[in-house]
Amino acid sequence: MSRHISEQYDLELGGIRDQLMEMGGLVEQQVKDACLAYFTHDLSLAEDVRVNEKRLNRMELRLDDQCVGIIARRQPAAGDLRNIVGVMKAITDLERIGDEANRIAKMSIQIASMEIPTHQYGDLRSMHDKVNIMLTETLDAFARVNEDVAQQVIRSDDDVDEIYDAIVAQCTRQMQKDTANIPHLLSTIWVARSLERIGDHAKNMAEYVIFQVLGKDVRHPTSAKT
Amino acid sequence: MTANDPAAHSDTQSDTNISLSVKNLSMQYDNSLALKNINVDIPAQKVTAFIGPSGCGKSTLLRCFNRMNDLITGAMIEGSIELEGENIYDPRVDVAELRRRVGMVFQRPNPFPKSVYENVAYGLKIQGEKSTAVLDQSVEWALRSAALWEEVRDRLHESALSLSGGQQQRLVIARAIAVKPSVLLLDEPASALDPISTLKIEELIHQLKDDYTIVIVTHNMQQAARVSDFTAFLNLGELVEYGDTDTIFRFPKEKSTEDYITGRYG
Repeated sequence: MSRHISEQYDLELGGIRDQLMEMGGLVEQQVKDACLAYFTHDLSLAEDVRVNEKRLNRMELRLDDQCVGIIARRQPAAGDLRNIVGVMKAITDLERIGDEANRIAKMSIQIASMEIPTHQYGDLRSMHDKVNIMLTETLDAFARVNEDVAQQVIRSDDDVDEIYDAIVAQCTRQMQKDTANIPHLLSTIWVARSLERIGDHAKNMAEYVIFQVLGKDVRHPTSAKT
Repeated sequence: MTANDPAAHSDTQSDTNISLSVKNLSMQYDNSLALKNINVDIPAQKVTAFIGPSGCGKSTLLRCFNRMNDLITGAMIEGSIELEGENIYDPRVDVAELRRRVGMVFQRPNPFPKSVYENVAYGLKIQGEKSTAVLDQSVEWALRSAALWEEVRDRLHESALSLSGGQQQRLVIARAIAVKPSVLLLDEPASALDPISTLKIEELIHQLKDDYTIVIVTHNMQQAARVSDFTAFLNLGELVEYGDTDTIFRFPKEKSTEDYITGRYG
């Protein structure tokens, strides 16, 4: 994309994209730390996630405010408009991913006194890995405005949903056999639920990239306006 | 299919009657080609905006619609423009009658140095209307249609030059519609006006499109986005892209359109 005649406008648009990437980087770290805190019962890491959550909220407010400012002063059109709309929507998803990381961190604190039942984390770890990749890829798609990577993220969400279903089924079976371990198994389901939601948010962000590239809204294909 | 091919736009205008149909129109003067093979259908009772950088040919194209370019020495035209199915460049066409059917408003308001009333009644008198009752009725109707009646009803016999710039521009629009044209050409009608007068003109355009086909040339992109149903982007004498305004301002197909409306170096 060629440069704007107004260099200041380029700087403003570049500024909000840089901040979105910074917010994205922090969110990625939050998800990793929250899951690590859960897997290893690391209380201090869980506390770090809780503290950083407030930083994320401040970033969301600041970025939102800057986007509204650009709309008010520049009246963006075409690709610029799609870019800003995409960033504004992505901010909301990133903030919600931050909320889910915070939930996982809370769960880690709740189970910190329990023993670590390593045997049951296999699928959860693989779900976490896949969601991490989705998050990295969706941010990469945003940074490079790359439709192919965005499509890849959208496809990956089905795999994550499958693992989630498998974890719920597995934990439910386990609860019937091992009633003493129910609180821990419930926490596993909650963490899996948060990861599944994070996958959905990453997918939403990928859809905004496609909107930026093609100008097409690919959300809810069955309820698209006719 | 190219951007100049009217078939390319059939999806946007399939339910609409065509008022002006431009076919293979080229125009040159002083050995330079000002318009290059333009094909465009202007839908009736809609607002169509022409946008593009200075010198792109948008005002030249607008002036072809009522043969204002005939007044330029050495201007040569190829192709045709049909108004409601009739070629306006047919030698048998009465140009004065054409200009009654295709009214025009310019960038700077140009009222005659006469009273408000006389300005609006002028065209009708030229046409031979003598009845005071008919003239009174027509003047009031035209001034009401131009959203000016309430402001000038007590000043009808004062000089039109005593009105504000925004009022003068609405007076000129009233003068244009008094003779019941079918098309109104607006050449940057608000570029010399303050923001409030500009919004009044834009509001007027919304109201007038129920009865007239409106073609507006504007340098103000937001104005084109606000008032028009269809937008045509011209560059270097060519019609680069034409489509419904929502599409042009959200997702233009051509890079040069995108560059222009987003303020980029082409």
